[in-house]
Amino acid sequence: MRRDVLTGKYFALGDVACAEGALAAGCRFFAGYPITPATEIAEHMSRRLPEVGGVYLQMEDELASMAAVIGASYAGVKSMTATSGPGFSLMQENIGLAAMTETPCVVVDVMRAGPSTGQPTKTSQQDVMQAKWGSHGDYEVIALSPSSVQEMFDHTIEAFNLSEMYRCPVFVMTDEIVGHLMERLAVPNPEEIHLVDRKRPTTPPSKYLPFQAGEDLVPAMATFGEGYRFYATGLTHDETGHPQTDSPEEQAKLVQRLCDKIRKNTGKITKVERVFLDDADVCIIAYGSVARSALSAVVEGRERGMKIGLLRLITLWPFPDEVVEQVAAHVDKILVPEMNYGQLVREVERNADRKKVVSLPRLGDALHTPEEILAHALS
Amino acid sequence: MSEVQHPLEDYTRRGMIPHIWCNGCGDGIILGEFLRALDELKYDINKVVVVSGIGCIGRISGYTGTDSFHTTHGRALAFAVGVKAVRPDLKPVVISGDGDLFAIGGNHFIHAARRNIDVMVICSNNFNYGMTGGQSGPTTPIDAYTTTTRYGNIEHPFNLAHLAAASGAIYVARWTAIHVKRIRESIKKAINKKGFSFIEVITPCPEEYGRRNKIPDPIQGMKWLREVSVVRSFIDPIEAVVQPDKIVVGEFVDKEKTEFTELLSASTQTVQSKLEKEGKLTNATI
Repeated sequence: MRRDVLTGKYFALGDVACAEGALAAGCRFFAGYPITPATEIAEHMSRRLPEVGGVYLQMEDELASMAAVIGASYAGVKSMTATSGPGFSLMQENIGLAAMTETPCVVVDVMRAGPSTGQPTKTSQQDVMQAKWGSHGDYEVIALSPSSVQEMFDHTIEAFNLSEMYRCPVFVMTDEIVGHLMERLAVPNPEEIHLVDRKRPTTPPSKYLPFQAGEDLVPAMATFGEGYRFYATGLTHDETGHPQTDSPEEQAKLVQRLCDKIRKNTGKITKVERVFLDDADVCIIAYGSVARSALSAVVEGRERGMKIGLLRLITLWPFPDEVVEQVAAHVDKILVPEMNYGQLVREVERNADRKKVVSLPRLGDALHTPEEILAHALS
Repeated sequence: MSEVQHPLEDYTRRGMIPHIWCNGCGDGIILGEFLRALDELKYDINKVVVVSGIGCIGRISGYTGTDSFHTTHGRALAFAVGVKAVRPDLKPVVISGDGDLFAIGGNHFIHAARRNIDVMVICSNNFNYGMTGGQSGPTTPIDAYTTTTRYGNIEHPFNLAHLAAASGAIYVARWTAIHVKRIRESIKKAINKKGFSFIEVITPCPEEYGRRNKIPDPIQGMKWLREVSVVRSFIDPIEAVVQPDKIVVGEFVDKEKTEFTELLSASTQTVQSKLEKEGKLTNATI
């Protein structure tokens, strides 16, 4: 038995499953700042990381947490932080730096009700647009949306794999309901867990260009202390890493590559779950904890003879445009329940006849009920 | 004609020199003395990570031929803490400005010093925000004129040496741009300290600060620094004033205290050996 993968079956908390997923993925550094409802992740990591030889650091704020995560990642260690809305806002500065310096790292946002301090103990899905657009400038990220305790474990591993593969920040955009949910968790054997590590340079230090990418648009990443003696900056830079503060060509080249390495792989990155969609006239598009209610609504609707199906978004960013477009073309109505005042519904509208799309926003501390979703699907 | 190599060439990053700094600016002096210190110590530069923030001196991480990272404004120390925490064999060196380290990054400074993490910090204190055109900052002297204190600065400046000492630094020194050899000697001492060390280098920005405050040319600025500097090593740093007529320089703190990553490593080993002894995989409940 290994200390980092505690194979077995548990009745576990979502936040704890997330932390265990991180350890199983090889995460050995966590820097964070306490915040409801994400604190259990930090608490669990503070206990578990020393057991596996990793480092937990409680930083002075979320600005520092995100900066330390980038530092540890450049020092060669899989790194993460976890927070909620107010902390996620503070992290945006260095999330931009992570995108610009192509730093593999994972950020978990256990969403609570905002804006501002909002309702710290109450759930929401109000940060899903912030995940995509939170820091300034053009860049792309990857965001996943777990719906269960098992997925808190699985998606955190997947988040590390994607961040190592594409060298970008990857978000686990969960919410207070899933974070504080207790249900079954199966931790597999270590050999059953697929892990990805960042591409390493094959050239000697004298030939290494830290931001030169091949066809996959992802540069090989050296580690501090190995003799590569390379330089990374948040300034616009060329393949050597040197600042290019005046060249319009270098600005365009860099930003296009940062975006295209994700955009061109949207099909490979994105995952959805389809339930009863083949003959559906009505499609519910949901994610996170809301998808659980939506699934109940669809099962109930089918029992009543309705042609209703569910498209559950597992990946929120990059948005699965093609999948939504295909589904939208074959249904008469799309209902998008979200625990916000209508955010991801805009992405659905981009990919569908807008007249078909109905937003079902919900603010406050409770999940949409299946009855509520079904009633709006029928109306 | 044969090419002559600069004696410090091996310590710089190829293709990055010449630097962007102005005539009379001490940032070049800091770079030169940092590299000379590494050279004189024969320090393994593969073990040095230079981290900088934003501003003129922020570009220094591009010029040193080390592993280097140019962070966002104020976050150099937080980044360096992440590096050191997972790679205790490396020596992060943060070289940044007074605004970067003590205004926008002030919180990270006091907490890194409090932890006594093994990072050397060199602060280029130029009394203003030079790169953005000479605005007032946390070290701008009282009554000084800047582009945002047109009627004279009314805010009290930080005494950086006192702040560093009070926050827990185990080595604290202040010099000015004219104390070239003393800067080098302090760097040589600080880089071998095991813990948080801080060296302040006072070098008023000639372009933005100097010309608005009766130090219009660099030579005059250097002469002024020589006239007003007084060496008072190991006095209480609260007494080490920085005033237009008097700048107290010297080494103020040089002590030993157990370093953060050593404590971290010891704690981790205790946790692991206890688990082994008890035959347990974890202390946690899942």
